[in-house]
Amino acid sequence: MSDRLSVLKTYKLYVGGKFPRSESGRVYEVTDSKGKWLANAPQSSRKDARDAVVAARKAFGGWAGATAYNRGQVLYRVAEMLEGRRAQFVHEVADAEGLSKSKAAEQVEATIDRWVWYAGWTDKIAQVVGGGNPVAGPYFNLSSPEPTGVVAVLAPQESSFLGLVSVVAPVIATGNTAVVVASERSPLPALSLGEVLATSDVPGGVVNVLSGRTAEIATPLASHQDVNAIDLAGADEVLAKELEIAAADNLKRVLRPQPVDDWTATPGIDRLTAFLETKTVWHPTGSLGASGSAY
Amino acid sequence: MASASAFEYAPAPESRSVVDIAPSYGLFIDGEFVEAADGKVFKTVSPSTEEVLSEVAQAGGADVDRAVAAARRAFEKWSALPGSERAKYLFRIARIIQERSRELAVLETLDNGKPIKETRDADLPLVAAHFFYYAGWADKLEHAGFGSAPRPLGVAGQVIPWNFPLLMLAWKIAPALATGNTVVLKPAETTPLSALFFADVCRQAGLPRGVVNILPGYGDTGAALVAHPDVNKVAFTGSTAVGKEIARTVAGTRKKLTLELGGKGANIVFDDAPIDQAVEGIVNGIFFNQGQVCCAGSRLLVQESIQDELLDSLKRRLSTLRLGDPLDKNTDIGAINSAEQLARITSLVDKGTAEGAEPWSPECELPSSGYWFAPTLFTNVTQAHTIARDEIFGPVLSVLTFRTPDEAVAKANNTQYGLSAGIWTEKGSRILAVANKLRAGVVWSNTFNKFDPTSPFGGYKESGFGREGGRHGLEAYLDV
Repeated sequence: MSDRLSVLKTYKLYVGGKFPRSESGRVYEVTDSKGKWLANAPQSSRKDARDAVVAARKAFGGWAGATAYNRGQVLYRVAEMLEGRRAQFVHEVADAEGLSKSKAAEQVEATIDRWVWYAGWTDKIAQVVGGGNPVAGPYFNLSSPEPTGVVAVLAPQESSFLGLVSVVAPVIATGNTAVVVASERSPLPALSLGEVLATSDVPGGVVNVLSGRTAEIATPLASHQDVNAIDLAGADEVLAKELEIAAADNLKRVLRPQPVDDWTATPGIDRLTAFLETKTVWHPTGSLGASGSAY
Repeated sequence: MASASAFEYAPAPESRSVVDIAPSYGLFIDGEFVEAADGKVFKTVSPSTEEVLSEVAQAGGADVDRAVAAARRAFEKWSALPGSERAKYLFRIARIIQERSRELAVLETLDNGKPIKETRDADLPLVAAHFFYYAGWADKLEHAGFGSAPRPLGVAGQVIPWNFPLLMLAWKIAPALATGNTVVLKPAETTPLSALFFADVCRQAGLPRGVVNILPGYGDTGAALVAHPDVNKVAFTGSTAVGKEIARTVAGTRKKLTLELGGKGANIVFDDAPIDQAVEGIVNGIFFNQGQVCCAGSRLLVQESIQDELLDSLKRRLSTLRLGDPLDKNTDIGAINSAEQLARITSLVDKGTAEGAEPWSPECELPSSGYWFAPTLFTNVTQAHTIARDEIFGPVLSVLTFRTPDEAVAKANNTQYGLSAGIWTEKGSRILAVANKLRAGVVWSNTFNKFDPTSPFGGYKESGFGREGGRHGLEAYLDV
């Protein structure tokens, strides 16, 4: 059997629906759990982070304004694409996390199921966390959840695919757009997820994937005035505190690192609600009369 | 305020005799009034007369330690009480507030300077209503949507502002107690009295010692409370600058944080709006509580085609507002809360004039003592003007114009804040379309400045995070 030389893949970032290299021209070596070279991943710079925020902001209006049904359709389409690329992700996750093929397959299946789970939430979360309020007076009002805006997501370091999807899917299911910093040591499944998103009807800019040194990329994101929220899942204790302090500058919504023993456990809705605002809209009922006055 | 009408109103003062203010008050710690550890005191004055009302103990670091320790001791038993028992305590508090509402309204008017009409008809009914509302949640928490057995957080450190002293206390304490937390609350240095009277309400209600602790003091007292290592939850209402400082303080801790901060609310009036109602809403939006309201409608966005008609109406209406003795039942506009706040308002208004905006006030005679500012509106304002960007927190309205709904939305959203907005139009579909696009936590359509305990309140962007009121308000005090 003749040895065929395989075609290696150049991993690239996913920003604004395109696949750029880092503007810095830097890469870093990604190895498997045994130290064997897998690829040179882009090492993103501050400028890449800022470009990703611009892309995410540009995409926000359209994505937040899409119907929840439409967002559910698009998310489900992502799951379809993931299923088709199952073998590729099993391979990448096995390499990234040093898992056997069967353990990696379990992770990938759980990941796809997780994505499907969140796809189903897009048009239900408003009914679960919103509602009408029985006001004591000639008014009615409705409280509805709305996406908070551009969310910086530091993906968990350990779980390169299931952990990643568990923090990205809830952010976009609710209409936010995301700038995702992949696991520093194991970024390849995240970069490949970008390829899936690009072919799944997800508008460009809704999810942006950066690879590189987490601290280097996260610092400008945490202090960025046009980022509305940050998920610190992938930050260690020292970095998380530093980023939380920076996030106070424009009062970003901060999700602190949560202890997660088992990413396969059903996540609940905390990650969906963490990046939602509640808007309460009041209307008078009946005659307008002198309703302008509270006196 | 001198008005053009032929007949002047006779004075209709509310009696002060219903409230008995002691010459001095202590801190309320572990069910007792005590002196500050270092013996410090400060005076609280009536903003309308500058009369000293009382001398109040000023809590320092040692007192914060003591109060947090008392709250910690009380937490175990309080959180273990069946919800139905906690509910009964809260219902008792609500009832006692109703019974004493006239006394508390007069007290609040004396200490804060706001008109008795507002304390009597807005503040106090809402205070009682908040305790009633959250009382009912105490034994129903498993149905609130936060899991089958939501847990309280522990000791809540709460810092509240001077604009609605008792109402902000109710917003903070009612949900905290209903969910099984104990509290240490710092009222503002200019308005400590109603919180200390509330301590007496707790006593009458038989509330266990240490469940509620009140620590009057200045910003440093609040900072010590927020930073205390044994506080599990921090709730703050006040300025955005202080809110950011608090967010930095709690960074890297497990303390849960909610912030209700500043605002620069837009009140958008479309050309098909009912003008008279809109004028009432604009007045209510910016002159309620002398404009010292975080969700005040301080930017009027009026469609260009009706600008002249609306402004004429608005000016006519402003000329009928009565400014003066807050205890007079006919008074619409009371005193500014403090000399410091008056200076802040004055300086921003001077800046508005210097930057080229045109101020207008009705003919208005200000009392010779106390802190007063005439209702003011600015025309010729652009989005770049300081008065269109910075929160003034006073009776000052900036008027801007727009031509299309899109422009109105863009201008309304062009602010670091995102607390409130108003929409005035007869067209229902326009209300919904515009409300959808506004980045604000509360949107009032064809009304303004309405509050209700069942309704979540809170901001987008730099107006803070978390919601107070309603089912949503429980989340801030539960381990979820």
